[in-house]
Amino acid sequence: MSESMSQVPPAHPPKIALKNVHKAFGPKVVLNGIDLEVGRGESLVVIGGSGTGKSVMLKCILGLLSPDSGSIRVDGDETTKLRPREREKLLHKFGMLFQGAALFDSLKVWENVAFGLIQGEHMPRAKAKDIAIAKMGAVGLGPEVGELFPSELSGGMQKRVGLARAIADEPEIIFFDEPTTGLDPIMADVINELIVKCVKDLGATAVTITHDMASARKIADRVAMIYQGRIIWTGHANDIDNSGNPYVDQFVHGRGEGPIQMQVRAL
Amino acid sequence: MGFLAATGRAFLIFLEATGKLAMFTGAALSHCLRPPFYPRQILRQMVDIGYYSLPVVGLTALFTGMVLALQSYSGFSRFQAEGAIATVVALSVTRELGPVLGGLMVAGRIGAAMAAEIGTMRVTEQIDALSTLSTNPFKYLIAPRLIAGLTMLPLLVLVADIIGVFGGFLVGVYRLDFNPASYIGRTWEFLEPVDVISGLVKAAVFGFMVSLMGCYHGYHSRGGAQGVGAATTNAVVSASILILVWNYLITGIFFSTK
Repeated sequence: MSESMSQVPPAHPPKIALKNVHKAFGPKVVLNGIDLEVGRGESLVVIGGSGTGKSVMLKCILGLLSPDSGSIRVDGDETTKLRPREREKLLHKFGMLFQGAALFDSLKVWENVAFGLIQGEHMPRAKAKDIAIAKMGAVGLGPEVGELFPSELSGGMQKRVGLARAIADEPEIIFFDEPTTGLDPIMADVINELIVKCVKDLGATAVTITHDMASARKIADRVAMIYQGRIIWTGHANDIDNSGNPYVDQFVHGRGEGPIQMQVRAL
Repeated sequence: MGFLAATGRAFLIFLEATGKLAMFTGAALSHCLRPPFYPRQILRQMVDIGYYSLPVVGLTALFTGMVLALQSYSGFSRFQAEGAIATVVALSVTRELGPVLGGLMVAGRIGAAMAAEIGTMRVTEQIDALSTLSTNPFKYLIAPRLIAGLTMLPLLVLVADIIGVFGGFLVGVYRLDFNPASYIGRTWEFLEPVDVISGLVKAAVFGFMVSLMGCYHGYHSRGGAQGVGAATTNAVVSASILILVWNYLITGIFFSTK
């Protein structure tokens, strides 16, 4: 891919780079200076407890929320000040699997999968349907499922459809928001396998946020831990068991005792 | 001081809500006029608002026309003015009762459904999903509903006008023993185009208000089932009040002689 980076010196800037990103909702500070880089074709897993700002970080990168300050670059280009139309164009590079799958329940399953192709890229419906059925095949769903509505599917099947929708227009970057939450361990493993396979087939850059360590170990090339709105540790996936960081250690082993104190009551 | 602070805070909240609504309306209107359009969505909303509201609006109009004839008869017969009943029914239905009652029924049926649907889409992240699929939620969800509300309610009210007058005719002829031909003649005699047109203009404004309130409250709903419930209530209540206020204002514009 040719790069036309006038303002960024390196030939291959990181796919996504966050620098000192802050975001607060009223008095509640959620992101408190996030610094994070994701390399091209890399699969990064961000771990962290509930309410530490993982989802907000993804939404800031996508532009669904705008950060209060800091810089977010995609392919070396600053994205925090984009106009709506430029943002729409940028979002063609992204696919996202939402936590609750977020399927459109007024549309059939195949129309969900083909949505980005029909609405975003203005592909004829018949052609988009063929692609949708092929993508559904890739996540293990037969063409007959395409005629159903999302409410007729189980949680695991909905996740698969969400995954098929996320990869349908072959994005360069895919986000997975807690892909295994609410699934039984076997279905969780199936989804993890599918994620690894889809990301590899597309050669895409992937960012997954999760607190499921089994999922993190399976998907990750690199792991970053977020705590109180900051990235406190990053390292290779193999190193998470001997990170030398007491916070990471406590999280990975799921201990109640340690430096991370669970906030039982809202302050 | 506590009292002043509370007043100020309430006033600021009011200003903030007004500004938020104004910006939402402006953005929604600009997206109604700029491509891309989603004809499939517009058609779906038109069928939902126009066609599926026919039974409820038709029944409302029928019984309104019937009761109007009955009431005016019992009132007007005290001073031998029974002859004016047909005119009263036609004027009341076309100018006021058709658009207002039709608008209120549609606010209950459509405003609530829109707020609940869009609100659920918000809390289940479907609206975020739209954005990530490079589709602007304003264009895909809100513009079609506003366009459909604006165009379909006048058509509905036109049908309601006819059914309402017919209801009056039924009671007049079969219950009060008027001559059918003279009842119809009386209906036409004093009815002017402006009576019907003012009602249709009202209907267009009401349709827009109902869709706008449904979309606005749904779009800004938060916090799961309870939030969606609150959005639905707010949509119906605010649409109903706006209908009554705008009804007065539009009547003032059309018929104020002083």
